[in-house]
Amino acid sequence: MTRVLVIEDDPAVRRGVSVGLRHRGHETVLVATGEEGLAELVASAPEVVLLDLMLPGMSGLETCRRIRAFSQVPIVILSARDDDVDVVVGLEAGADDYVVKPASAEVIEARMRAVLRRTGHAGPTGQPRGQYGDLLVDRIALRVLKHGEQVAMAPTELKLLLFLSAAPEQTFSRQQLLEQVWEHSFHGDYRLVDACVMRLRAKIEDDPRNPRYVQTVRGFGYRFGPL
Amino acid sequence: MKRLRGLRAQLVLVFLLVSVLSALTGAMFTFRQGRDAIVDGVQADALRELRGHLAFRAPDLPADPARADLRTLAVQLDLAGSGRGWRTALSYRGGSLVTAGPQAPPLPASLRARAATATTALAQRFHRDGTPWLAVALPVTATNADSPAATDADDGGTARPNDLPPLVVYASFSLASQQRDVEALATAVRAGALPVALVSVVAALLAAGRLLRPVRRLRTAAEQVAGGALDTRVTVSGDDELADLGRTFNVMSATLQADAAALRDMEARARRFAADVSHELRTPLAAMAAVTGVLDADAGSGRLDPLTAEALRLVADETRSLTRLVEDLIEVSRFDAGAAVLNLDEVDLRELVVKTLAVRHWQDRVRAEVPAGLRARLDPRRVDVILANLVGNALRHGGTQANAPRHEATQASVLVRVTADADRVAVIVSDDGPGIPAALLPHVFDRFTKGDAARTRSEGSGLGLAIAAENARLHGGTLTAANAPGGGAVLTLVLPRNPPS
Repeated sequence: MTRVLVIEDDPAVRRGVSVGLRHRGHETVLVATGEEGLAELVASAPEVVLLDLMLPGMSGLETCRRIRAFSQVPIVILSARDDDVDVVVGLEAGADDYVVKPASAEVIEARMRAVLRRTGHAGPTGQPRGQYGDLLVDRIALRVLKHGEQVAMAPTELKLLLFLSAAPEQTFSRQQLLEQVWEHSFHGDYRLVDACVMRLRAKIEDDPRNPRYVQTVRGFGYRFGPL
Repeated sequence: MKRLRGLRAQLVLVFLLVSVLSALTGAMFTFRQGRDAIVDGVQADALRELRGHLAFRAPDLPADPARADLRTLAVQLDLAGSGRGWRTALSYRGGSLVTAGPQAPPLPASLRARAATATTALAQRFHRDGTPWLAVALPVTATNADSPAATDADDGGTARPNDLPPLVVYASFSLASQQRDVEALATAVRAGALPVALVSVVAALLAAGRLLRPVRRLRTAAEQVAGGALDTRVTVSGDDELADLGRTFNVMSATLQADAAALRDMEARARRFAADVSHELRTPLAAMAAVTGVLDADAGSGRLDPLTAEALRLVADETRSLTRLVEDLIEVSRFDAGAAVLNLDEVDLRELVVKTLAVRHWQDRVRAEVPAGLRARLDPRRVDVILANLVGNALRHGGTQANAPRHEATQASVLVRVTADADRVAVIVSDDGPGIPAALLPHVFDRFTKGDAARTRSEGSGLGLAIAAENARLHGGTLTAANAPGGGAVLTLVLPRNPPS
């Protein structure tokens, strides 16, 4: 059972999603605005947030940014807008994944679960702890320290870093990363990977424009190092 | 050749024709007048001279002159007229001609015939050896005061009053020098006509240019309108017919422009409406789609009344197809709005095909022949959509027909084959079904075209192939449908290996 915070302004969609998820055994907390969502995030400590992008008042994107300012709770965007730009901005604002409405409860649940798994799993193999340059990656405590200070990371960012650093200097295609980190089995949206890499670089690189840790291999994908 | 028939050429030609014609007419008139004046002057002079000489010499003639007398007179007359170069001949009472020399001067026979009965002087021009000649005949009667007969009037003059003239004096001479004068006149006239023609050509060109300028402007404007620049207008000045034409042209293009704008506006509104409707449908569908799982579960639990369960299943199924339809509509309206973007990536084609088939659990039903290591830059999500559509269609229509009972129908045999050359990749999806009816072939990629009117609606939104074709176009590629010679439909997707991004 997972406690899900649903931030969605349309009452019918809110109810529908709630019914679908509760039917699958989850607990839902329903709010209609971003402001209420931020308050409820503190009050009821949900395990995952389902966030609509089109909200009255504080927008979904702004809500996403505010949440990320103090919490690394997994966020799945529930987007009725097919406007690609909004999705990209949402991902860059710190969301872990997105679902395009209309979606069945099964699809929403599957995406939620995949995001939740990222918080619990270490990388494929590797030592429990690794020092890479200024970075210390702790695969047991699931945390990353840079210059001895912990870096706050969203679940997907952490999972991506753990996955890449477990096989240094090995190049992974974006398709591979989508399958391994996001658990998308279909031809997914590569922008998920690109947006996450961007966020990750902003957190761990000294110069995100000139990355050392997460490097781009043009035409193929990404790799960790060489340092 | 075409230019010669142009308005400008025609105008110049007509102008030239008129001016040359009028110059020629004027010249001809002048020439004729001049020539006649010259010849008449010569004729009058010659007659006057001849008459003068006769008045001076005739009194010496005896009353009934003999041939010798006549010859003497002729010699005298010839001598007197040596300045003019004439030669004379005399005929007394219709007798034969008496001349000074052995050779008679050239005289036209008609003149002689007329002179035989004439009472006044006669003159006739004639040609001899290519030069014009003038012959005059002067009848000398007894009644003439200065005539030779006047002196002895009692003799024969009164005896035969009003009778034939007793003596006719002929003289003829060449007009060669006058001819030269006339020729000089003709040359002068001709020389005058040439500059007139030249000046008229220049004037015609200038006039044509002035006249045709608005025509040229109109043509340029019409070409621009034909090229799609409906905001083209011509500057109209003046109040002539061409200005009227220009004004009419402006009205026409303004009307065209307004019509085109209205049409575009209507089309845009229709498309926006379809997009808006789809988006509006999406929210209630999102609520319904989230609960179809609940309906499925309850309908399948066996705890419900069978009719209720059936109704639940129906609602759940139709919600799903409605969802698919709305998603396809939104995808189509995104293409219409030009909002679809390519997310290009270099992809291994074998991997892509295998994955597309595997995700939909088609790997056992579809054969794939894809060369290993074949890579292309494309949008994998969109190519996946195209492939899924083509293969899905092939699986539905392939095999022995759908009308056969389910257990008798054989499984469709679908083949996905990928070939490539330096610039392009071709993905060919073929099946072993009955193929596409010929009447349907041109419309397979139209929206809401369905393979079989009688087919059940739930098999697809009717937009699948239209979306596939749009996706191919977005890549700068093509999607074509055909029937294999041995039966079965063949759909071919051709994509550039390196599309412009």
